[in-house]
Amino acid sequence: MRLAKHTALLSAAALLSVACNVAPRSAAKEVVVFAAASLTDAFAEIEIAFEQLNPAIDIVVNYGASSTLRMQIIEGAPVDVFASANTANMNSIVNAGESATSPRIFALNNLEIAVPRGNPGEVVGLSDFANPDLLIGICAFQVPCGELGATALANAQVTPSLDTTELNVKALLSRVEAGELDAGLVYRTDIAAADGRVEGIPLDTDINVEASYPITVLSRAGNPIPAGAFVAFVLSKQGSSILARFGFLLP
Amino acid sequence: MTPQARQRHHKPRPPRALLPLAIIGFTLVTLPLVGLLWRTPWSDLIGLLAKPMIAEALRLSVITSLAAAALSTLLGVPLAWFLARYHFPGHALLRGLVILPMVLPPVVGGAALLFAFGRQGLVGRPAYDATGFLLPFSLWGVIVATTFISLPFLVLTVESGLRNLDQRYEAAAATLGARRWTVFWRITLPLISPSLASGIVLAWARALGEFGATITFAGNLQSKTQTMPLAVFVALQQDRGAAIVLSLVLVSISLTVLVALRTRWWPAR
Repeated sequence: MRLAKHTALLSAAALLSVACNVAPRSAAKEVVVFAAASLTDAFAEIEIAFEQLNPAIDIVVNYGASSTLRMQIIEGAPVDVFASANTANMNSIVNAGESATSPRIFALNNLEIAVPRGNPGEVVGLSDFANPDLLIGICAFQVPCGELGATALANAQVTPSLDTTELNVKALLSRVEAGELDAGLVYRTDIAAADGRVEGIPLDTDINVEASYPITVLSRAGNPIPAGAFVAFVLSKQGSSILARFGFLLP
Repeated sequence: MTPQARQRHHKPRPPRALLPLAIIGFTLVTLPLVGLLWRTPWSDLIGLLAKPMIAEALRLSVITSLAAAALSTLLGVPLAWFLARYHFPGHALLRGLVILPMVLPPVVGGAALLFAFGRQGLVGRPAYDATGFLLPFSLWGVIVATTFISLPFLVLTVESGLRNLDQRYEAAAATLGARRWTVFWRITLPLISPSLASGIVLAWARALGEFGATITFAGNLQSKTQTMPLAVFVALQQDRGAAIVLSLVLVSISLTVLVALRTRWWPAR
């Protein structure tokens, strides 16, 4: 009796899985990608496009500060691909012998000032970052966007009156979006991705700094061949056009 | 002699089977500490300790954790007293709400604090419009966030002390004409002092290690809101040695205080 019940349940489950076409999923090869937080939206799209072309490969992306990801890779996290928001973190991966290929630059980015909708602080440029009456945030100097931000502020000869230094750029952006800060220095791609929820004020080109995004297959990759296919896709025309759509500049 | 009779002469011992489990538990807690010591860059220790980031984070941590312990005591003792002595419909719900920050992910707590006290928050917005005062990104913001997290530790400990208290002492004092305030101050508080002391220390220790609610609510700025746990996390992004030294300082302080209090002020009975 119980056996019959179980069999019925099992066949129902089997039918359901065929109906939803979920069966091939379990057979897919998993490629784990560690990507900089600033890549979140572009890589989500790249992941979908790649998986449509390669149904046998399942891309799993973990986003975070490049420096945190670098540390986790060096500590032995099981990762196949690393896409960093700067060359320094990639170089320390290469120096640690963790990279199987020589990293390639797939995108460029630069900084822009993000202000809440309506610009309540009436911010016009980097010089406003010195105003102690405004609530100003940048990224922490230890993460790539903070390092670039510090350079841009130095280029503009502005000593900022800061209220917070955030550990990742998305956290900074969400504070600006929520109106907790009057201005923050983020990537131009973050403003493109915010879809009108924040306003962007571009920096003068002689002040702005460019970030290079390198990508590589890691030497301890569990699935190096599909990992290589993913890296090739990111570098391909199709990958580049997705990146450009999200505000990245191309090398 | 029957086993029962023998029991009367010897201290009852726990079953032997518990020992291996206790050892595993101890190892689980201490092995990461050994790992920390193992990775410590001992030769650079002095240079790293002299970094201004460490001294400033330490100063902020001492101030905010002591302030959080004091605020938790000031607000938590009355709250514990209320919970222990009054019974009313919804008592369990109220108690659950008070200890909720213990189980809530601290980052969620920090976000909720923003929704209440942030510049766009429920209370924060009218307060900011009226006075220009803002809790986030300030030392007060750190104190509020750490108090939010550490208060339940004090409330739970003191409440259980109050429940175990023999209320006949209070009744006797009242019979002799002592007023309510005198009874509370002269009888109740001294009698619950052991649990009050553990409650304060627990609240202080939890405040000292607080990370998630603080960074979410108060932000992160060196020499303004960057406490030791925040400095550790920031340093981990770049300067591993500094992160380890910071952690070591934090661990040494906590351990010293916990051991000293245990042995000197309220020795185990």
